[in-house]
Amino acid sequence: MRAIQYAAPSTVEDAVAILAEHGSDARMLAGGTDLIVQVREDARDTGVFVDAKKIPELMELSVNADGSTTLGAAVPCHQLYNDAHFTATYPAVTDAARIIGSTGIQGRASVGGNLCNSGPAGDTIPPLIVHSAVCNIAGPDGERTVAVEDFCTAPGRNVLADGELLVSLTLPKPPAGSGSHYLRFIPRNEMDIAVVGAGAWLQLDGETITAARTGLGAVAPTPLFVQAAGDALVGMTADEDAFAVAADIARDAASPIDDMRGTIAHRKQLSYVLTQRALRGAKARAQGGSPTNGH
Amino acid sequence: MATEILSGKVHVQTTINGEQVDFLAEPRESLLEVLRDHLGLTGAKEGCNNGNCGACNVVMDGALVNSCCVLSVEAAGASIETIEGVASPEGLHPLQQSFLENAALQCGVCTPGFIVAAKALLEENPNPTEYEVRWWLAGNLCRCTGYDKIVRAVLDAAERMRAEA
Ligand code: FES
Ligand code: FES
Repeated sequence: MRAIQYAAPSTVEDAVAILAEHGSDARMLAGGTDLIVQVREDARDTGVFVDAKKIPELMELSVNADGSTTLGAAVPCHQLYNDAHFTATYPAVTDAARIIGSTGIQGRASVGGNLCNSGPAGDTIPPLIVHSAVCNIAGPDGERTVAVEDFCTAPGRNVLADGELLVSLTLPKPPAGSGSHYLRFIPRNEMDIAVVGAGAWLQLDGETITAARTGLGAVAPTPLFVQAAGDALVGMTADEDAFAVAADIARDAASPIDDMRGTIAHRKQLSYVLTQRALRGAKARAQGGSPTNGH
Repeated sequence: MATEILSGKVHVQTTINGEQVDFLAEPRESLLEVLRDHLGLTGAKEGCNNGNCGACNVVMDGALVNSCCVLSVEAAGASIETIEGVASPEGLHPLQQSFLENAALQCGVCTPGFIVAAKALLEENPNPTEYEVRWWLAGNLCRCTGYDKIVRAVLDAAERMRAEA
């Protein structure tokens, strides 16, 4: 790897000062499973690594007074799926945390890092979208918040300006009677990048859908919030007919490319099928059960 | 107080297999390079150097990690367990014994990673199903054995360890 500089600030303020001074040459280091490899392989030229893991706010995982959860940007995936409350409350997020890379990757890789890497196929991003997560950003001009569906702007790009960092995500407390699920299609069982990923969140009153959100990964330059699909479900009975309506909308919303992982036609069809399955899984969880489609 | 930005040779204090260790390394060096090239702990192997193969697996502060994807300087203050710490003075760890008896290795390059990873699994889940073993070890690649003997060895070791517990 090229020579680098390394700093391990203990406050957000210090991290912002370093990022502001070094501009685009500096980058936050969370689990490093993307960043270290990218710099080693000359896919990214970062000169200053700013370690996130000594900053308490970036390592926080806590439930707030209003029932929402603060998820620090550098909390590793394995900590999430070993946390019974988090797993029960935001199951789509832990569905993703369990399938990113391998056990050894999950020991370091973080949801915040996945988001900041801003890949179209980032597995944790559709789950964050369906859980209405909000990004807490700090920078030289103070703090601001951005809805997670507005965070990524293009492949590998996001709303963070020079000097800004993602501190944490706030995940609202899901209402009673709701559930979520995320799954992806890959040609093997594990250790791969999504051809398509889909997340869904549903709130039910009996069999009637009272609120819904769906999201897709790897079918557009950024992970997609398919708002129209969730909106269409409100008031419908949570059955296969309703899920087919939402899945049709998801297929129409997908604007994928042909690449080595899949074709446009395949990805369009997967957007339909995976949205349907994600909704079935979300419904099962809303009713106290578990998804039956695996991962 | 402004945070110091480190470059050149950095003095790092860490704990490896229960012993305090000091080393000098540049931030660009990985933990794997420090273990192998500076500290003579050559059990962890470099397979891919990009997080795909698990040959470099170590446990860092309780989590299984790929040491090729950890910077040397990140080891400061951490507690690291490597393959060299798995056997005890009394003898091999049950996993090591089981790998030998089940012929779960051929060239052996992947073996330290598999044993470190499997040990982490059995500490978390002493009675895994075959599926759980295969899932946990999905990030460990072996180009020789075809995996089946490795999975059997881990299940066998788990049974022995439960019998001893
Ligand atoms: S050498 Fe580290 S994962 Fe392959
Ligand atoms: S025994 Fe040769 S790579 Fe596994």
